[in-house]
Amino acid sequence: MDANANKPAPAKGKTKVERTGDREIVISRTFNGPARLVFEAWTTPELLKTWWVPKSTGMMLASCTADVRPGGQYRFEFAREGSVIMAFFGRYLEVVPPTKLVWTNEESPDGSVTTLTFEERGDTTLLTLREVYPSKEALDEIMGGTDGGMEETLDQLEALLAEKRAANGGKWPERLRG
Amino acid sequence: MVQYFSPPLDTAFAALSDATRRGVLEQLARSDASITELADAFHMTLTGMKKHIGVLEEAGLVATEKVGRVRTCRLGGRALLEEAAWIENYRNLWAARFEGLDEVIEQLKRKEATHGRQRK
Repeated sequence: MDANANKPAPAKGKTKVERTGDREIVISRTFNGPARLVFEAWTTPELLKTWWVPKSTGMMLASCTADVRPGGQYRFEFAREGSVIMAFFGRYLEVVPPTKLVWTNEESPDGSVTTLTFEERGDTTLLTLREVYPSKEALDEIMGGTDGGMEETLDQLEALLAEKRAANGGKWPERLRG
Repeated sequence: MVQYFSPPLDTAFAALSDATRRGVLEQLARSDASITELADAFHMTLTGMKKHIGVLEEAGLVATEKVGRVRTCRLGGRALLEEAAWIENYRNLWAARFEGLDEVIEQLKRKEATHGRQRK
């Protein structure tokens, strides 16, 4: 381990999102840090406030409360230009520091139950977030609910293609993701 | 059991990287057409057009149906494509969120290094 002290930190993990079943989506990513710190960042409202809403969305977390224990409630309120525009809320079902968190998403009847696991691997932690929806229809609706139609979808894909091509020095990359 | 593709974006991506195939999709967005009609419209051999349609079909962008001796092509796989686009958007959201989380973890690590591991 000490021999590696001068090596650069391992490359940041890639975020993976997959539909793994009718009712299920799995998001995973590796972080450079021990599980206890990753867990702390997920369970401390003051910390959640600093990272949960990406700046690029133009929104911020106006308030964030989380009573992190089985049965405890959480509520995240999102604001844009100073006014609250939506809220996420639900209850924690399982809390096992620093390896597991399970919570409900109750802002919609079709909300998922989310299971988050933290697996420490050396100096890194593999985070896996599993969202299980009440039915296939609920998940289909969420994924296709934009109602944009084929044309818009193709436009989106074309924009994505152009972006990937530009990022690859103007040549078509072999694959979309490494 | 329903079988799930991993996100079909890669295949769709490859399929769309060809100008003829993009043209075929535009044409089919206006109306269904047989492979023969498409081959004529794009001044291609039947075999050449069949290959392009095969690629588009595999990517879930086109569906074909054979009635008698005519194979008719129409736009297909809209749900699949929408799903792929949705997943890509969702991935972008989480990737951005996780960059923020990286920073928080770095801060926590530095704090631990400075103050030792005692409780707050």
